[in-house]
Amino acid sequence: MHLQVSQVSKSFGTGRDLKLVLEDISLELVSGQFMALVGSSGSGKSTVMRLIAGLERPSAGTIHLDGEQVRRPGSDRGMVFQKYSLYPWLTAAQNVAFGLSLQGRGKAEIRERTAYFLDVVGLADAARLLPKELSGGMQQRVAIARALATEPKVLLLDEPFGALDLQIRESMQEFLHDLWRRTGLTALLITHDIEEALLLAGTVHIMAPRPGRVVHTVDVGLDRSDLRHLRVSQPFLELREELASRLRSLDGSLL
Amino acid sequence: MASPPTLRRLLSHPWVLGVLGILTVFLFWLLVTSIGVVDKLFLPSPAAVWEAGSSQFQRGILVNDAMASIRRVFLGFVISAGLALPIGIAMGTNRTICHLLEPLMALIRYMPAPAFIPLLIIYFGLEELPKVMLIFIGTFFFNALMIMDAVKFVPSELVETALTLGGRGLPILTRVVAPFIAPQVLDTYRINMASAWNLVIVAELVAANEGLGKRISLAQRFLRTDEIFVGLIVIGLIGLMIDLGFRFLMRRACSWAN
Ligand SMILES: Nc1ncnc2c1ncn2[C@@H]1O[C@H](COP(=O)(O)OP(=O)(O)OP(=O)(O)O)[C@@H](O)[C@H]1O
Ligand SMILES: [Mg+2]
Repeated sequence: MHLQVSQVSKSFGTGRDLKLVLEDISLELVSGQFMALVGSSGSGKSTVMRLIAGLERPSAGTIHLDGEQVRRPGSDRGMVFQKYSLYPWLTAAQNVAFGLSLQGRGKAEIRERTAYFLDVVGLADAARLLPKELSGGMQQRVAIARALATEPKVLLLDEPFGALDLQIRESMQEFLHDLWRRTGLTALLITHDIEEALLLAGTVHIMAPRPGRVVHTVDVGLDRSDLRHLRVSQPFLELREELASRLRSLDGSLL
Repeated sequence: MASPPTLRRLLSHPWVLGVLGILTVFLFWLLVTSIGVVDKLFLPSPAAVWEAGSSQFQRGILVNDAMASIRRVFLGFVISAGLALPIGIAMGTNRTICHLLEPLMALIRYMPAPAFIPLLIIYFGLEELPKVMLIFIGTFFFNALMIMDAVKFVPSELVETALTLGGRGLPILTRVVAPFIAPQVLDTYRINMASAWNLVIVAELVAANEGLGKRISLAQRFLRTDEIFVGLIVIGLIGLMIDLGFRFLMRRACSWAN
């Protein structure tokens, strides 16, 4: 798998309302890689993801997935949103099965894969529950299972834990890290949270707003064998502080 | 004997309170008519109304009238609801269609439907068609605009999730938009059914051979206030049944939304 975002710019509106939201973004993501985009609100993180998902078209530049240009949404790029992520009228299992049945897969295959991916996210027991009966963290796990069920080449996560409270967020970070290690998925994660990005991603891009652009890239070479320990380890805290002050100075220079 | 906490729990039950409210008004009515402070001609007693009602029932008039009114409402409303659904969805999903139709519909919506009666009589005479048309005119625009609004409030994430799962075209409509708006559509129908029910009575007051409204306007001619009361109560009861029917349907079909 090879995702290539080349010199992509994006503007919204026309004439006097024309607004340049992304300028000259280039990213590359390969199989098994976990990449994060961090940046303040309005720096265009979601727009990058929507472009990759094919929900928007670039104003300039190109996006290629395995050599083929991205022109529309497709199940090879799974997406998880922060809010309204599940279909409220479907049970957890039906939500996971949703993409498979949209693709017209056979009944037996759908049943088997649904059970498998519910199990992967640790929610086999919740199969028959409606989203409103699930906690926020469980809902996001179902959403991740649903995105994985159609076997996308890359998983796009737009602040998937942004609406969860701190404690659940931490356990979800551990869950996602564990999932990545077990399944070898390829992921692009958007977050406000530097700690989250550093914990999970091998590569972290820092974005600045007006217009949105990548201003700094970090390759995180930390030992991730124990996330709980990593959170409070000295090198981690130092790196976190360095990036935090970088983000602060970005905000400061824009005031 | 019920202990105080049980009594309080019982009293706070919505059904119990509702019945209590109705019962209070009924008892007040009974009281006022039995001590005779109001002329019987103005306010007949519950017994007299019951009498008039059962007489109408026995002569078959009551059921006949009710069926005539229900048939008109049903016909007009089914056409209105059936057309409003695709048009409302089209307006909610397609900006061009919305810009084309919304101002027009918003304008017609503010024209009081009963004001169309003279025109409808000129066009279609005194038969069933003008009455059915009146119900259509009086509810279609509300139905369509309210369904359009429901569609516009479908979270874009739900549609976009389906797109990223490989969905496209019609399945997005039938498997995402339709289930999401179902509760609001049922509620829209429930609310606008009330105006349909009002309109059929208005139409029958003006011109009809049968129907609950017709019976009321006949009763007025002969100063039969007891029969007017029969008509009013039956109209109210049928309306309430329809309302409860929609609520039941909604609870059964859209339990996820409660
Ligand atoms: N469809 C659109 N039309 C016009 N402007 C848009 C559109 N989508 C995004 N924008 C603008 O683009 C800029 C970047 O938006 P985007 O949602 O990508 O930022 P973000 O980094 O994801 O922010 P947040 O952290 O708040 O989610 C914002 O100023 C936003 O107003
Ligand atoms: Mg965003």
